[in-house]
Amino acid sequence: MLLRHTNAEIKERKALTVNPAKTCQPIGAMYAALGVHGCLPHSHGSQGCYAYHRSTLTRHYKEPVMAATSAFTEGASVFGGQANLLQAIDNIFTVYEPEVIAVHTTCLSETIGDDIPQIVNKAKADGKIPEGKYVFHANTPSYIGSHVTGFANMTKAMVDYFAESGPRSRTVNLIPGFVEPADMAEIRRLATGMGVASILFPDTARVLNGPLTGKYRMFPEGGVTIDQLRQSGTSIGTIALGVMASAPAGLAMDSKCKVPCKVLNLPIGLHDTDLFVDTLRRMAGVNVPETIDLERGQLVDAISDWHPYLHGKRVGLVGDPDQLLALSRFLIALDMRPVYLVTGSPAGKKFEESLRDTLSDMGDDLRIAVPGDMYLFHQWIKDRPVDLLMGNTYMKYIARDDDIPFVRCGFPILDRMGHSYFPTVGYRGALRLLEKMLDALLDRKERDSSDIEFELVL
Amino acid sequence: MRTIPLLREREKQIFDKAGNGTFEMACDRHSLAGSVSQRACVFCGSRVVLYPIADALHLVHGPIGCAAYTWDIRGALSSGPQLHRMSFSTDLGEREVIFGGEPRLYKALCELIATYRPKAAFVYSTCIVGIIGDDVAAVCRRVAREQGIPVLPVHSEGFKGTKKDGYKAACDALFSLVGTGDITDIAAVSINILGEFNIGGEAWMIRQYYERMGVQVVSVLTGDGRVDDVRRAHGATLNVVQCSGAMTFLAEQMKERYGIPYIRASYFGIEDTAQALYDVAAHFPDDPGIRERTETLVRDEVAAVMPELRHIRGDLEGKRAAVYVGGAFKVFSLIKALRLIGMRVVLAGSQTGNADDYAHMRALCDPDTVILDDANPLELSRFVIEKQADLFIGGVKERPIAYKLGLGFCDHNHERKTPLAGFEGMLHFAKEVHLTVTSPVWALLRRTP
Ligand code: SF4
Ligand code: SF4
Repeated sequence: MLLRHTNAEIKERKALTVNPAKTCQPIGAMYAALGVHGCLPHSHGSQGCYAYHRSTLTRHYKEPVMAATSAFTEGASVFGGQANLLQAIDNIFTVYEPEVIAVHTTCLSETIGDDIPQIVNKAKADGKIPEGKYVFHANTPSYIGSHVTGFANMTKAMVDYFAESGPRSRTVNLIPGFVEPADMAEIRRLATGMGVASILFPDTARVLNGPLTGKYRMFPEGGVTIDQLRQSGTSIGTIALGVMASAPAGLAMDSKCKVPCKVLNLPIGLHDTDLFVDTLRRMAGVNVPETIDLERGQLVDAISDWHPYLHGKRVGLVGDPDQLLALSRFLIALDMRPVYLVTGSPAGKKFEESLRDTLSDMGDDLRIAVPGDMYLFHQWIKDRPVDLLMGNTYMKYIARDDDIPFVRCGFPILDRMGHSYFPTVGYRGALRLLEKMLDALLDRKERDSSDIEFELVL
Repeated sequence: MRTIPLLREREKQIFDKAGNGTFEMACDRHSLAGSVSQRACVFCGSRVVLYPIADALHLVHGPIGCAAYTWDIRGALSSGPQLHRMSFSTDLGEREVIFGGEPRLYKALCELIATYRPKAAFVYSTCIVGIIGDDVAAVCRRVAREQGIPVLPVHSEGFKGTKKDGYKAACDALFSLVGTGDITDIAAVSINILGEFNIGGEAWMIRQYYERMGVQVVSVLTGDGRVDDVRRAHGATLNVVQCSGAMTFLAEQMKERYGIPYIRASYFGIEDTAQALYDVAAHFPDDPGIRERTETLVRDEVAAVMPELRHIRGDLEGKRAAVYVGGAFKVFSLIKALRLIGMRVVLAGSQTGNADDYAHMRALCDPDTVILDDANPLELSRFVIEKQADLFIGGVKERPIAYKLGLGFCDHNHERKTPLAGFEGMLHFAKEVHLTVTSPVWALLRRTP
């Protein structure tokens, strides 16, 4: 009874978040920046924040996570952090030799009001930024939004700083959203499979799921290059996956370089992958190859094989807005009932409406909190349990306390492997999600069934 | 391997015993701007010290991140309430940053205290609170008055120093609790255990050693801690302080106000654990049987683990270790413990050592051992390779680096899962080291059909 302290009675809480279902902007910005090749994320604030961000990313990916800090002292918090950032830029290029530094702010530097572009310009004027190297930035005050906002802001900064207009190429820009390295690779694989040349950013594949080689590389293989980011301004179109994480960058690309942008749901599940594939097909003027049709057909086949076990299962989800929307659509396609949904991110009325629209068939059973926290979610569960839980590792307390099957998905996952290597996007990813859900549900069914009910063949 | 340039200002924080002439470490410094330091902040330090108090409310006053990242990440075990494993945050938004967070803090505290009826509440100030200038102490006083429980502000704004300053802020908060409880039933032969956080159940083990010696443990600060025990801590005759940094501040304060002397102890490794127990026994010369009870205890415990340790030593003899952990005191113990299982320390360093610590570390080490203060990953990996280490002992951020380099790893920070303290702990430690150093995985690096 770890969560014995969860009270069944639901009262409105105004001033308080208990067991959060979100975290702060800089970690999202740090993650996005790691998806740029040779980039060292830099946290402009005091060193605690960044130590926590690095530790959390390390626990999630089981990989070294590199970043630097301005290491604010009391002086900096009174007089501003200009001197710290100038010194940091100088030190970083001298010692660690990255190609790029991606500066994000923290609550502290935001509240003090440091003007990052002005400081970066000064660094440039002082000759602290070597030829052919770059510093870019995003403002990421954590008292606004959530880790998803930070990811979106840093991704948008890639466009703001680097994208350049030019004669149209045949390339498509893909903005994958706040998803795993394996998902980013899968999105690219689908595009490549369709014969579409793409620029994917950010791209953390092979940065945060690299091999063990016996060598330590501060800047691993992967990541989108600055050249690619520059060229992204000449692409025929952009597909931004996820309204919250990717739309700001996609729309910025549209207005800056006149590259038309389509904002789609994350390609999680059948319909949203269909939508992605179809949009990509039209944008690039290609046909969908048989191999991809095959993957789709296999997914539908698997769903048909197992649909009796999915029907009517009530599911509770805690996650990031873009994920919740796409997952809900997938669960409905599986004839399941996503009934409780919480995100910690203040994603706004519009998001909540589209979620309610998607789930209008759930009727009175539906409970949604935008933003909410895990404590509230647990109170709902105590009020009336569900058949399946989906969410990040922190949900395991609830799963244990109320003995409910649980599928880990989202960020962070601190206690299982898999998310770094196996995607949940695309048709293949949907198959994996299906497998995980069925495993959880059927393991439970067999655990609970009597000797008489226990069957060999399902 | 290409040598990496060091930050010029860092030269004095690294000492390569084979190379440099004089030994003079510039430590106790704030990390340099632009370094990839492995250090944490003031809040982190305070949290480490106070969170194990399981029947208190811990409210992080700040934006969500500071609370979210620290939600149940430290395995400080409690045998009773689990309130400390929940995450409470005032989750400050833009509004509060502009208009101040005091009303929100007040509301949050009242709600939480009404719901949980904790024995006390700790309110942690994070950086932003220091900047927007909330009078946290005033809000705490008001709530304490209204609710009738101690509500203690912890001044842990991250930028106001290093992790050590966080220990101090935590000790200040604890000190205001000490002295408010009833001490009538406390024996003369009694101690407080300071700086022991019950990671993996270590406090339970240590407490039991003392009880077998006939020593009453009034309060463990703060492992498996309870507010009422802290309140009674001034009733003990002796404070036994583990580690160099974390809780010496409190011991000093208690010595000054209550005249309670303190001694230092380390429970890591057989030698140090035995030494600690003997030191405590020696403090009570009037207790007739204590010396003998202690000797028996040590003899039995050592005899129980030695055969297996000897066996492990056979496999590890001559292997090399790199040690980079938070506190310097822990480094000393690790050096000795590793020696006991036949290993040599080729790199030693800490995040928070002071000049004396490093001098002591140097004396303990072999002549060619590299000594580092507040190192970055490039330095660590460079020296680990140069010194051909087989094992790395560190914290969460070092683990994947060690693995990438193809060497074994042992977590000696708060992510350890088994108790590594005491005699039994030494055996766990040896087994963990053995498991990872001799793992077949390091041989899988090359394709061998
Ligand atoms: S804001 Fe300050 S207190 Fe919070 S994690 Fe960052 S440095 Fe530490
Ligand atoms: S919420 Fe703000 S202060 Fe806290 S860890 Fe995040 S950036 Fe740092």
